Amino acid sequence: MTDVAMVNLTIEGRAVRVPSGTSILEAAKVAGVLVPHYCYHPGLPVAGVCRMCLVEVEKAPKLAPSCATTVAEGQVVHVHSPKSLEARKGVLEMLLINHPLDCPICDQAGECELQDYTYQEGRAEGRYRDPKRFNPVEDFGGDVMYVANRCILCTRCVRFMDDIAHDPVLAVAERGDRALIAKFDGEDLTHAWAGNVIDLCPVGALLSKDSLNKARAWELDRSASVCPHCSQGCNMIVETRDNQVIRLRPRPNDAVNKFFMCDHGRLNYRWMNRQDRVDSPLVRQHDVLAKADWEVALRVAGQLLGGKRAFVLASPNLSNEALFLLGKLVAKTGGSGAFRVVQGAEAPLPGVEDLALRADRAANVRGAELAGFVRSESPLSGMQGGEVLVVADEELAGVDATDVAKAGAIIVIGTTLPAWARHAATVVLPIANTVEEDGTFTNLRGRVQRFLQAKAAPGLARPSFLAIGDLLAEIGEGSGYWTASQTFDALAASHAEFAGLSYDALGLKGAPLAGAMAGASA
Amino acid sequence: MGFPHTPHERETLVLSEYFGVREAISLAGYKQRGGYAALDKALRMEPAEIVQIVKDSGLRGRGGAGFPTGMKWSFMKPGDGKPHYLCCNADESEPGTFKDREIMRWTPHALVEGCAIAAYAIGAEVAYVYIRGEYTEALDRMNAACKEAYAAGILGANAMGTGKTVHVYVHKGAGAYICGEETALMNSLEGRRGNPRIKPPFPAVSGLFNQPTTINNVETLVAVNHILIKGAEWYRTFGRVDNPKSTGTKLFSVCGNIARPGNYEVAMGFPFKDFLYDLCGGPLPGREFKAIIPGGISVPIQTRAEAENSPMDYEGFVANGTMLGSGGVIVIDDAQNLVKQIARAARFFAHESCAQCTQCREGTAWTTKILERIVAGDGTHEDLDTLMEIADNMTGKTICVLSDSCATPVVSGLTKFRDDFEALIKRKKVHMVPAQVA
Repeated sequence: MTDVAMVNLTIEGRAVRVPSGTSILEAAKVAGVLVPHYCYHPGLPVAGVCRMCLVEVEKAPKLAPSCATTVAEGQVVHVHSPKSLEARKGVLEMLLINHPLDCPICDQAGECELQDYTYQEGRAEGRYRDPKRFNPVEDFGGDVMYVANRCILCTRCVRFMDDIAHDPVLAVAERGDRALIAKFDGEDLTHAWAGNVIDLCPVGALLSKDSLNKARAWELDRSASVCPHCSQGCNMIVETRDNQVIRLRPRPNDAVNKFFMCDHGRLNYRWMNRQDRVDSPLVRQHDVLAKADWEVALRVAGQLLGGKRAFVLASPNLSNEALFLLGKLVAKTGGSGAFRVVQGAEAPLPGVEDLALRADRAANVRGAELAGFVRSESPLSGMQGGEVLVVADEELAGVDATDVAKAGAIIVIGTTLPAWARHAATVVLPIANTVEEDGTFTNLRGRVQRFLQAKAAPGLARPSFLAIGDLLAEIGEGSGYWTASQTFDALAASHAEFAGLSYDALGLKGAPLAGAMAGASA
Repeated sequence: MGFPHTPHERETLVLSEYFGVREAISLAGYKQRGGYAALDKALRMEPAEIVQIVKDSGLRGRGGAGFPTGMKWSFMKPGDGKPHYLCCNADESEPGTFKDREIMRWTPHALVEGCAIAAYAIGAEVAYVYIRGEYTEALDRMNAACKEAYAAGILGANAMGTGKTVHVYVHKGAGAYICGEETALMNSLEGRRGNPRIKPPFPAVSGLFNQPTTINNVETLVAVNHILIKGAEWYRTFGRVDNPKSTGTKLFSVCGNIARPGNYEVAMGFPFKDFLYDLCGGPLPGREFKAIIPGGISVPIQTRAEAENSPMDYEGFVANGTMLGSGGVIVIDDAQNLVKQIARAARFFAHESCAQCTQCREGTAWTTKILERIVAGDGTHEDLDTLMEIADNMTGKTICVLSDSCATPVVSGLTKFRDDFEALIKRKKVHMVPAQVA
């Protein structure tokens, strides 16, 4: 990093020291002061149009837009002085004169910056008593609908499509108070990353058609997570209501996805709410799979593995912890392990370096490789006749039935029971899906990132690391894998790539593998 | 001169000497009248010398802001390795202003010459003349003049045989008021939506195509021709003896309720009272002046007393509660409903707001609605307070000054002519309510 001159200034009486070239708004964040703003977004070019972030800078003749004004040595800035408060009050009143004030039926209510700042420092009552402007709701294509009447023309969506997505389909149409956001003729918001305009919109003007009317913002529970839909590893928030995932949203991480998330990842959540889950261990009795308790199921599974080699077909969407323990199972039995990766079209976000929806549509391809699993298009081809096939979180869709039939016995560790397993599996151990357990993924650049449990698993299903750890104990391969964190510590102790890492060290932003530094910080 | 009238004897004809003289339009006619001598002289001087002469002359921007022209030119750093650009602001969109139109109609070559001199002085090889879309006649004359100048070798890669490169391109606007704002003009020239840009960076640092750019008004550039030939000292002789800050001559466009509307050129500091009554013939028969807007619709409205006390220069108008602005004099007499005139001005600004800044986008429209409601007889006394507060919110808080310009006639009108507003409110319409609604 090159030397950057530092600038000292005072914001709301607090001394701050920031690199020269920083905006007053960003410097205020360092000082712990939030300057209310709408058009400014740290992931977008500065527009300076909402005029909400006006602050008083001593010795300056006029109020300064803090997003577009850089810090200067010795500056004294007042964010909450009467003059700046009055100006913001004025902006808020103006923003509301043509706004329908339909918060009770607006999806954004509860997470709306217009609502928040109006309650915080707006006028108690408006003075506008003339007719309001009206424009109809418009379908913008993709997952996006536009409610023009709520729009405050901050142009974040326009700038995202122009400067980040490089797909300029949006523009401000008309002038004066007739202005609104419009699509160019024949264009739609079909870019693979277009859904980000919904998050960027500070008000209820751009809404997700998918999550429309599903929940009020305050009814949602939120958990930090990592998107499991490709090897990029975008940080995300899982939002649930009554144990149902309602929506997925990006969680900022400068090292991975900045502020963004693609539509494929965002909208592909319904499997998390599947109702046809295995919610109890199952053991084959008289040719049918019957419910059993965990002790019985584990004992049967242990017996199947006794003295036999295991062939483990693992999903690259399992956590590092689960894959690590499956790797131990392979080693203990002298067997082997493989995985396959679903492929899709790569879709980059051109305005952000090294960010794309990746062709590998699985979160932990790197983790599976590090756990000793072999990537293959036909994963069962390596299985020897008579080996015990352990299928971990893989539905085996498209796999040749004759390959499966080679197995001596089949143990399924999974979230659902595919049709083939009803006939072929001897034991089924039910596990939690990604959003129902804690764990870590390793992304394609070798960044290890934690995800947290967002909802409860059904019935008797156990977190994957716990179920596999129990099975290891059953065959005499140690114990003590009671929590995801303990399991990760064991992984870090035995795999050099993970050395020095722990859940504390990873935090919620993750950390690169040893040796992955060059790739991760480039 | 008050074209189509004959010039008044008290006018000082410098820029407008050939208004109405058809022969002066062509290259031959212009050269016969001394045209292109200034460019010929300039191209054989050092750019810095030209800048110094313009500085010494005291010439200030005639577009409205009155920024010293020589100083503006000196911001352009020669030899910085970047292409420089000159933009000529011929958008002249300020209501009440039509002086640049006459310059381009009658002496298009004077503008070509002024552009070429200025471009050379600031180290630019390219000048763009951005002409208001509605000015079709001016556009045709400018295009023809450029064509003639290129054909005669005045413009091009070897301008006037000096080996210097000067290109002048004419660009037609599409009729947006905001494109007369210098940074919006640049956006428009680049093919973007005509939205003003945040300053800094200022045009001299990053302007057209993100390169150092100077932007000057038509009248300013044409004045440079005369300064180069006759000298800075000569130019300084025009103006009040006690006010060296305003020099030279100024074109005023006069319209409204006055006997002889038109363009007039007078020396800076000319008494506004004499100008209105003597040169322009005073009010229409049986009427009296009530309010005067001396510098285009964006400047504060003057009462008759203020106007009659004003010397016509930058400082003289400021001392009397307004600004020189663009020199577009709008006269309103006692037969007019002043509030209606102000409402009409506000409607114009509401229509022309580029919609970037909140206060402007919403404030101009809100102001218009309230004013039109008052005119229609549905106003209240609270409306007047609201108008003043909206105006305060619209002043000094936005990217450009369109918002401030909308607030200006409202504030000056309400401050100086409050009785007119109150009279309308007192005459408030009584809405008949049916006796039996149910």
